Parts: sequence; C-alpha cells; structure tokens
Amino acid sequence: MNEPIRELALEGITKRFPGILACNRVSLEVRRGEALALVGENGAGKSTLMNILAGLYQPDEGSIRVNGEVVRFASPADAFDRGIGMVHQNFMLVPSMTVTENVALGMKALHRRIRLDLKEARRRVLEVSAHHELPVNPDAPVWQLSVGEQQRVELVKTLCLGARLLILDEPTSALTPQETDDLLDRLRRMMAELSIIFISHKLNEVKALSDRVTILRHGEVVFHGSTADHSTAELAALMTGRDVVQPRNEQSGAPGREVLTVRALRVRGDRGNLALDGLDLDVRAGEILGLAGVSGNGQRELADALAGLRPVESGSIRLDGAEIAHASPRRIIDGGMGYVPEDRHHEGIVGPFSVEENLVLKDVGKAGFSRHGFLRPGEIHRNAEELRERFDIRCSSTAAAAGTLSGGNIQKVILARELARGPKALVAVYPTRGVDMGAAEFIHGQLLALRRSSAGILLVSEELEEVMALSDRIAVIYKGRILEVLASRDATRRTLGLLMAGVPLG
Amino acid sequence: MNEIALLVAATLSSGTPLAIAGLGLLVNERAGVLNLGAEGMMLVGALAGYAVTFHTGNEWIGFAAGAGAGAILAAFFGWLVIWLHTNQYATGLAVSLFGGGLSAYLGAGYVGQKLGEHPDLSIPGLRDVPFLGPAAFDQHLLAYLTILGTVALAWMLQRTRAGLVLRAVGENPESAHALGYPVRRIRLLAVVVGGALCGIAGAYLSVVYAPLWVEGMVAGRGWIALALTVFATWRPVRLLLGAYLFGGVTMLQLHLQARGVQVPLQFMSMLPYLATIVVLVLISRNPAWIRLNMPASLGKPFYPGS
Repeated sequence: MNEPIRELALEGITKRFPGILACNRVSLEVRRGEALALVGENGAGKSTLMNILAGLYQPDEGSIRVNGEVVRFASPADAFDRGIGMVHQNFMLVPSMTVTENVALGMKALHRRIRLDLKEARRRVLEVSAHHELPVNPDAPVWQLSVGEQQRVELVKTLCLGARLLILDEPTSALTPQETDDLLDRLRRMMAELSIIFISHKLNEVKALSDRVTILRHGEVVFHGSTADHSTAELAALMTGRDVVQPRNEQSGAPGREVLTVRALRVRGDRGNLALDGLDLDVRAGEILGLAGVSGNGQRELADALAGLRPVESGSIRLDGAEIAHASPRRIIDGGMGYVPEDRHHEGIVGPFSVEENLVLKDVGKAGFSRHGFLRPGEIHRNAEELRERFDIRCSSTAAAAGTLSGGNIQKVILARELARGPKALVAVYPTRGVDMGAAEFIHGQLLALRRSSAGILLVSEELEEVMALSDRIAVIYKGRILEVLASRDATRRTLGLLMAGVPLG
Repeated sequence: MNEIALLVAATLSSGTPLAIAGLGLLVNERAGVLNLGAEGMMLVGALAGYAVTFHTGNEWIGFAAGAGAGAILAAFFGWLVIWLHTNQYATGLAVSLFGGGLSAYLGAGYVGQKLGEHPDLSIPGLRDVPFLGPAAFDQHLLAYLTILGTVALAWMLQRTRAGLVLRAVGENPESAHALGYPVRRIRLLAVVVGGALCGIAGAYLSVVYAPLWVEGMVAGRGWIALALTVFATWRPVRLLLGAYLFGGVTMLQLHLQARGVQVPLQFMSMLPYLATIVVLVLISRNPAWIRLNMPASLGKPFYPGS
C-alpha cells in the first residue's frame, strides 16, 4: 500500500500546446482528507492540469510535490506508484474485457511471472468494492454495464491500484440525478481515507462535495478559496468572468396545434433490439417539450427516426399532419423538420467543409445558393456573414473549416443553419452537452426565441436543470416508452429522477 | 483410401504457411495494427529463407533468415505507421508491393537453383500406421510446431499478462496508456512478431513446400492470411481451422485437375480465392459478430498526449 498523501502541491505549472498556452503558472494544493473542486469552462486547462498530475503529460515548467518532496512523473505508472489515480471523463476501460480483467491490467505487482492471476485480481475487486460500498460484478464484460456501473468499475480499479488521491474528471456528466447523489455520497464517505480532486462545471455539485475550490480561466488560477464562503452565483461569475443569467421559459402564451405527432412507434436499435416499443408523443406549436431520461433508453433511436435516419418498424410519425414515418430525410427536411443531432461532429457538420458551406448544406440546391448546378459563392458568403453575426459564431473567418471550431461554436453553426430555415418542428438532441456556460446560455436563448415564433421543439436532454428551465412540458422516456408527461411547473428534480429510473408516479 | 490420406497430408502441408502467417497477423491485429503488407513480408521471407538454406544447407538457419527478413520489413512498416502516423492501409499496400519488387530483384539469381535433399522428418513408428500415418504423420516439423503455437497463442492471449496487455492495446490504447503501458513499443513488438511469422511462412513455402524460388511465388497467400484473421474473428484456433480449410480447397482443386475433371483450369485456380470471398460474405452477414470480436482500435493511429 502506498504511503498516505498528507499534502500534495502543484507549483507554477505551465504547459504549452502548439498555439495554446493551456496552463500558465498554475499552483494548487490538497491536503489529506480534503476535497478540492477544480472549476472552469471548457478549455480553461482543468483536464490538462490533471493529466499532468496523473503523469500523462509532462509540464513545461513547474513542479509537483508529494508530502514536501519534489516528484517527477514520467508516465502514469509513476503517478500510481505515488498513490495518485485518475478517473477520466471518458472512461479508460476496455469494453470487451470483464471487470476483473480491466483491474488486472493495471495490477502489475499482482501477477505471477507469466500466468495471469485472475483469481487474486477478482478477490481484490470484491474486497475493495465491499470496503468502499461500490457494488460491481467482477465477471461482467464492461460493454454490458450502464454508465453508472462503469464509473463504479473505474473507481474500484483506481482504488485497487492503490490510489490515495483520486482525481475525478467531470464524474457526473453522464449520470442520472440519483446516480449523481449516490456518487457524491460515496465520495464523501471515502474522504475519511482519501483526498479528492474533483473537476466540474456543475456548481451545485461543487458546493455539495468540496471543501475548497480553485477556479481556472484561460489557463490561469483566478480564484482560490473555501467553498462554503461563496454562493454558486459568485462562483459562476468568477468562472465565466461575467454575470451569467441562464434564460428560463416564462411559460407565457398558449400552445397551438400539434406539429409533431408520434403514435405507437417501434424502432430497432443497433443491436437489433426494440429500442422504441410503442412510443407516443405530441409536440405542439409554440412549446418546448423536454424529453428527460437516462441516455440509452431510446432517445437516439427516436431522434434518428424523426429525422428519417433509421428505419421505422411500425407506427406513425406526423409532421404538421403529413406522415413521415417512412419518408426519406430529404422529404422530412423539406416538410419543415429541423434537427440538431447528438453527434454534432459527424452528423451535424461536414468537418473539412468551411463554415459557409456547412451553413447552406441543406439548401444548396435552392434559395438562390446555386444556379444551373453551379454554386453562387457570393450569396453563400453573404448568408454566412449574416448568420455569423446573428448567432455569434466565433471563427477566424467563415471560410475556416467547421471542424476546427470549438464544440460550442460548431453547435451554433448547426443551430444557425436549422433555425434560418424557419422549421415547423425542431428536434434538439443534447444541444448543450459539453459546451461551456456562455455558449449554453446563448443556445438556450435561441431555443426560446424559436418557441416564441410558434415552432414546436423537442428537447432531448439528460440535464434536469436544462429541461426544467426551458420546457413547457416534460416527457420522461424509459425503456423505449414515455413513462409520464408532466407540466414543467409540476416537475421536481426528485420526481423526474424517480421517473428516469423507471419508477412510475404513485 | 490412400488417395484421401494423401489429400489430407497435402491439406495440412498447404494450410501450414497460411496458418503461420495468419497467426502472425492475428498478433499484430490484436495490438490494433493492420498490416496489409503480408504478401510482401512473405516474399522477402521466402527469398531470404531460400537463399540462406541454399548457401548453408541448413533449413533452420533458413527459417531464421526468413523470420529476420520479415521482421525487418515489418519494423520499417511499424516505424512508419506507429511513430510517423502514416495511413496503415496505404503503407501496408506499399510494403506489399515493395516486398514483391525487392524479392524479385534480389532473387533473380536463385530462380532455377536446386536445394539439397530434405532430411526425412516424419515420425518413425507413427508414420507406418495405415491411413493416419501418411495422412498426419508425414509432415515437416514446422507443421506440428504450428499446431502447438496456435494453442500456445490462444492460451497466451487469454491467460497471461502479456496477452491481456496486448489485447488492451488493441482494444483501447488510451486506457493502456493511462495505466502506464508503452503503447507504441508494444504495438511495434507485435508488428515485428507478425512480420517474423510471415517471413517464416514465406520460407516454409520456398524451402519445404515448393521447394524452389520463383518471383511472386507466394501467389496471394498473404492476402488469404489477412482474410483468415477476419474469418477467424481474431481467434487462433479458428484461424488454424480456417487455414486448413483453405489449404484443403487449394489441394482439392489440384487433385480434381489431376483427375481430369472437365472444368477449365483457370476456374479451378480461382477456387481458393472464391472461397475467401464467399466466406467473408457469409461472416459479414452478421455485423454484430465482427463488431464484437474485432479489436476496437484496429487500423486507428494512436497519439499519446503531448
């Protein structure tokens, strides 16, 4: 077992990547039994800093001290030897292997000379999982586990390898509200034996777990202090450098006719299973219908089916009265459907194409962007400049390849293209996933503006705050069906969380 | 009866080089690297094996030379794709063409030369068992080593630390990297092992199977070995069985030709390749089958941070 980490300090860490100063003389420290929250927007340098601490990157300047002694981590193995373990945001598990095999992979000390001692690894998994109350099935292949289970496996793995300081990179980003509360609970209990560094931009979780908070902006520490002394609003302002007002749905105006009607929809998932099994849904003009649910309950298949990207087994989808269940994507687009896909990099844009080209992808055959099959670059450019202004797309030029933009700006390009077409209905799938607070605020504002122009919006999200702030009504999807539809004002985090876990209202 | 025994023997004999090369490719594909240069590596292995056996008179030194030649070409490939991140497909094709050209150029002087007599390696006693003797116990030692090697590789992949690490590197190099494993060096090692085995397979062809050297004598077996890894869904024992299946088809068509079956010669020669295509089509009918078994990062470059 590693020596406990009484005190860990990063001093003056600087890290440059080509063209970017990711961390600029960052210092922070953690003591034994303490939880430090590392907070900042995307690109603030949080993950880079922690990857340095975990031995994945080498700093250009600065030093790391463990218990007062300067250490150098040439590889993650060195960091593990010092008791520093990191749980990455995108889990570092091998999906085709079992839980035990994944743990054994890292347990170098535990192997006989050649033969793999899986029994011993399995025993360790069970021991650690019992000690820290992290239930895992050691024999399950990882690909069969839910995201929450995979996260427990990551924690068990890291603890099995002897971590005394846990680095958690946005650990709750893919969890349900219940799983999140559960995780925060477990972490709080673990702090009796461990120290924790917790990367997040969800400030309520920062408040709930951490003793102290360090805020990074553009690679520099802008604030360091005790969590209890500052409100989430103060922390948000420090994080973004300005006051943040998340737009809310004022719920004014009466909803109109139904623009999107789904009846008894059955659609198969990638593995041939029935991902949607008799789903019914209505979206009316001038409303935002939030679709809440743990990802993997049929959201992707529903969005694909609405956009015409996945064959419909049976059932009906009507867009403003017209049947589109078996229509081609082209017909659905022409019928007035807007679509903000989950995978914005691959389905939303063509990365190597310029911003201008991406903005006219759906209309390149009409509306004056081409004539006799020849593009009209002047018109395309004018269109792009106008949308860039209106949607605050931050790019060096509209001729830049769209794939080089940040996630938030790519999302603005997609939103600009879809909204400029004046859709009757819009399907937005996880529209703010992974984008920073400023961009999320803007995207939310645009969705509300579209609502006022009498379009019907289906907002698929797993962020309860987002769903509750924007929706008129909230539908909860569970195992391919709508479990319940609530008026937004009647919904609480608790009821939604229970519904998302499949517990019907009593 | 005797005819069937000979056919079985010929099947084992012609399946062996496919199996050796296929196992090598399986190792480097399990590590996440796709080397389409198999044909080229087999050709340089075949020439090196032939030339060295010719000069030394010892076929085992010849096999070692074949392994070395394949390994050197594979190391060059590995350096290009693993460190310089060149496209694996294009680089593999280039290696294939390069190996073909190089072996043809250097081997011109060996065309038509004769190797000395083989030592008789068949197993006394067993060799004389009726049917089984000529069918199974009259093979070159390498044929038996191949079977042993297949079992050993299957065991290694599932039951040893090296196998676990190798699989992890092919499935999710980021996670292996995050645990402190040198992903690129492991991949290079796997590629070199793959090249060495392809080289031995080539040497087996020129020293034992043919035995002679002719330009392009590997005749597409490198490609069949590549297809075999997919056919076997990256499992060693299935790969061995697949190799014998293809070896059997090859032998069967030769046999039918010899018996004067009235089918055009060219069509008969197509049989093993047609069989390759048919099997691949059948396997691909179940996409989940391939997707679940294929090393998840096969053919994808790995960029360690910073």
